[in-house]
Amino acid sequence: MYPSDLNYTPNHEWIRINGGDAQVGITDYAQKQLGDVVYLELPDVGRSFKKGDVFGTIESVKAVSELYSPVTGVVTEVNAGLVTKPEKINTDPHGSWMIALRIADQGETSDLLDAAQYTDLTK
Amino acid sequence: MTFDTQGSFQTRHIGPDTAERDEMLRAIGVASIGALIDQTIPPGIRSDEPLDLPEADSEHGYLRRLSSIAARNTVARSYIGMGYYDCVTPSVVLRNVFENPGWYTPYTPYQAEISQGRLESLLNFQTLVKDLTGMDIATASLLDEGTAAAEAMTMFHRVQSRKAPAGQESVFLVSDRCFPQTIEVLRGRAEPLGIRLEIGDATDLPMADAFGLLLQYPDDRGAISDLRPIIEKAHAAGLLVAVASDLMALTLAVPPGEMWADVVLGNSQRCGVPLGYGGPHAAFFATRDSFVRQAPGRIIGLSVDARGRRAYRMALQTREQHIRREKATSNICTAQALLANIAAMYAVFHGPKGLKAIATRIHSTAQAVEQALTGLGLRQLNAAYFDTLRIEGADAAAVRAAAAVRAINFRYADGAIGIAIDETTTEQDVADIVDVFAESLGGAPVPPPVIDTHAPKKLPPSLVRQSAYLTHPVFNTHHSETQMMRYIRTLQSKDIGLDSSMIPLGSCTMKLNAASEMIPVSWPAFSRMHPFAPPEQAEGYRQIFAELEAALCHITGLAAVSLQPNSGAQGEFAGLMTIRAYQRDQGEGHRDVVLIPASAHGTNPASATMAGMKVVVVACDSNGYIVLDDLRAKAQAHHASLSALMVTYPSTYGVFEEDIRELVGVVHEHGGQVYMDGANMNAQVGLTSPAAIGADVCHLNLHKTFAIPHGGGGPGMGPIAVAAHLAPYLPGHAVIPVGGGHAIPAVAAAPWSSASILLISYGYIRMLGADGMTNATRYAILNANYLKARLQGHYDVLYSNRNGRVAHEMIFDLRPFKRGAGPGVDEQDVAKRLMDYGFHAPTVSFPVAGTMMIEPTESESKAELDRFCDALIAIRAEIQAVLDGAAHPTDNVLKNAPHTAEEVSADEWTHPYSRQQAAYPLPFVRGAKYWPPVARIDNPHGDRNLICACPPTEDYEALVTTP
Repeated sequence: MYPSDLNYTPNHEWIRINGGDAQVGITDYAQKQLGDVVYLELPDVGRSFKKGDVFGTIESVKAVSELYSPVTGVVTEVNAGLVTKPEKINTDPHGSWMIALRIADQGETSDLLDAAQYTDLTK
Repeated sequence: MTFDTQGSFQTRHIGPDTAERDEMLRAIGVASIGALIDQTIPPGIRSDEPLDLPEADSEHGYLRRLSSIAARNTVARSYIGMGYYDCVTPSVVLRNVFENPGWYTPYTPYQAEISQGRLESLLNFQTLVKDLTGMDIATASLLDEGTAAAEAMTMFHRVQSRKAPAGQESVFLVSDRCFPQTIEVLRGRAEPLGIRLEIGDATDLPMADAFGLLLQYPDDRGAISDLRPIIEKAHAAGLLVAVASDLMALTLAVPPGEMWADVVLGNSQRCGVPLGYGGPHAAFFATRDSFVRQAPGRIIGLSVDARGRRAYRMALQTREQHIRREKATSNICTAQALLANIAAMYAVFHGPKGLKAIATRIHSTAQAVEQALTGLGLRQLNAAYFDTLRIEGADAAAVRAAAAVRAINFRYADGAIGIAIDETTTEQDVADIVDVFAESLGGAPVPPPVIDTHAPKKLPPSLVRQSAYLTHPVFNTHHSETQMMRYIRTLQSKDIGLDSSMIPLGSCTMKLNAASEMIPVSWPAFSRMHPFAPPEQAEGYRQIFAELEAALCHITGLAAVSLQPNSGAQGEFAGLMTIRAYQRDQGEGHRDVVLIPASAHGTNPASATMAGMKVVVVACDSNGYIVLDDLRAKAQAHHASLSALMVTYPSTYGVFEEDIRELVGVVHEHGGQVYMDGANMNAQVGLTSPAAIGADVCHLNLHKTFAIPHGGGGPGMGPIAVAAHLAPYLPGHAVIPVGGGHAIPAVAAAPWSSASILLISYGYIRMLGADGMTNATRYAILNANYLKARLQGHYDVLYSNRNGRVAHEMIFDLRPFKRGAGPGVDEQDVAKRLMDYGFHAPTVSFPVAGTMMIEPTESESKAELDRFCDALIAIRAEIQAVLDGAAHPTDNVLKNAPHTAEEVSADEWTHPYSRQQAAYPLPFVRGAKYWPPVARIDNPHGDRNLICACPPTEDYEALVTTP
């Protein structure tokens, strides 16, 4: 059920890699754990993050959670539409990208999980 | 022997009589209450000595004795000001809110559907604050002005640290014209977070490296000046600016929100809340929309219910400590709901015109005094002011002497005499004030000045407020006493308090708040005292504090007590700071690790973070016990830096851990101190004690164990008790000397913070005595174990000790009902369904998600416990019907709960169950049906569409006519 064109992290982010660029969101498993998402806080374009850095915050009615960057990179785009309609994350988690990154170190992408590995992790 | 025809208070406070007790013991299967206690509390920590306390008073005897203590207080006319002003509580508000159990007994409105009345009132408070300060959004009250200022500082620090490069020093600027008690609280809160305070003339403070600035308007001396230039300068330098202010002054003066302040805060006390020798009062906190998610404390917002009707709820709860723990925006749990409601009702009753008239009268009275005193040749130093004059040229000693004769208090500071006029000041008072100065000058009495409310104001035109406020209909409707009385009653009838049914909230101890404990709180001898009145005027209060401190020392087995902390969370902060100060004096200032069990309440890690400590979590086993080996390993790993263990006892899971002394021993071996969270003290009093388990410091939630009511979400009190080695560090105060010889800075604005409600705990202790309090503990344990006996075949009890006993509360597991293909039934469904039976839900999902924690307290009779059990057993059958497929998986009594009268009586009824099943599921419900005023509230809608002020006018009619 997890799309095979995405990679995943143990923190339940997904990353869609397209050459040197990538989009980042959270997985279906993560949105189910959070419940109804009510708020999303994302960084400004141009901020750079190391792998594992907190790049934002996501809030549901009952929980709040940090968002971790799956790779090192610079933010090239932010999904402003998602910030105004964060409930989309509940209905379409894998279609709801949050930020786009220019990847700084391609070597890091080999640490990411594929769909099968991530499925095992969430069992 | 006491011969008392009224029966002892003990028999009134404790619910079950001896016949009920015996039936309950039989149901539990134990021979005696003594045997039950033996099976519950580990023998190693039992105290066999009876508490050394004075013999119990009868209720009548207590009130008579207390009135003789009250007579030892001198209620002077206090013109001291400094954030505290005498005022008139409208009698309709005094009788129907302040003295009304329908308003003072409910809990914090987490269960919004049964709290719509006080949620509406708190929204009125937020609107009052938002309008008068000129800001975007206001919160539902904080503890006091000093801590509100500290919250503004820490909020700015959080917001700005995201932008500031790491490693840069944090500097917060404070105008030296802020109240001294505010500055002291800031000192205590800044230091552990590594924030340096720069205090001085605001126009000269260096702004380059600072992240924020605090100003006061009108300032400490009463002067009022245009803040726009300094706020503009601060913003240009990248600072955020908070302004401490006065709601009454803002009815006449341009509000800080119109001068671009980022936060406006202060004390709302003078809006009808008695002085109470320092409290309780509601502090206010207003800010910009952009900071709402960083704001501290509770915020009330609007949402809709399942039928699309408008409904109120607490918004953005994820900011709070019970979710965010050490990352919370604040450790605040308790607010000041009752006092915020009184301030809101004061504004509803007077309306914008009435408030402006009161403020104008205060201002004009101050002008009349100024005119008379300058006529005597004295100088008045404040060029512009609202209510406070500074008089120079008088002989302070002569003024003191002349004032003492007339029981008048002024403020003597900085070589001048401060006179703060308030709502109660009459022509006669003005004449007396003038006479004092005339006499000090050796002259004859002068004719009393005339108060002219049409005189030009002592405010420059640029500071005269032009903008409207309180335009909402709620502030322009209820101005006759009849309307006001009915408005209060309409709101009250929507809520469940202890005057309706038991409130079985685990960890909250919703016991009786007896009328005899409550009545003295509004006696003028206690309620009209200014916190900074000369100590010799407060002999009555001093006697009560001394007796209460001694009693709390006996009960905890510890050496000294500070009555200052304003809430349990503030007690935690004070206790940790005391430990920190002690360790520094021992040359161990590097110790900064606090061990906290995974099962701890969220305030523990939040308070530790505030105290500058690092939190290390200790594992708990499947039984809720702290894992001794993990504690050993973590204490060993942090041997050199271990500061303290924070432990709740009995545990948050409601169990007396047998190896508590061993756990405590491990921490002591590694040089750490032990902080006991006293939330569950109701299971200890008289049978064991914090000292018996080896604690060095503990806080006591007086609003749980010692009968202070919850006020619908505050006030509370959280005094700390400490062992002898920590006593020198108990918190001090900038104005009135209190605390130890090496006192840490004050943690609250007033020396005894909410002094007047200490009377309630004092009354509780005096009327129950040693025997009654120990019996209260025994019956709390009896009631809990009786509930367990009746319910355990129906629900799984998560934790009990080796003998199968629980302490004073227990956790029921509802997670099994979520299983299966359908949505099942969850803890929220059960919580909301209980409302249809007329009950407030137990604590939901704390300390374990998907469970309910029930604490009956000693005050509930067997009959009430049985009604509650009958309801839960009936609900269990309703759950089973859903699980078995006999009821619809989603259209059932649980998922649709609560059911409103409007829904049940509607012409159309489409549910597959009957109306009777919905609204009258058991015969006892017919006796006194509680109708939930709204259906289930949509929480995500409220957080996604945040509205935190009174709803638009066009919807108002629909709201007020909702039954």
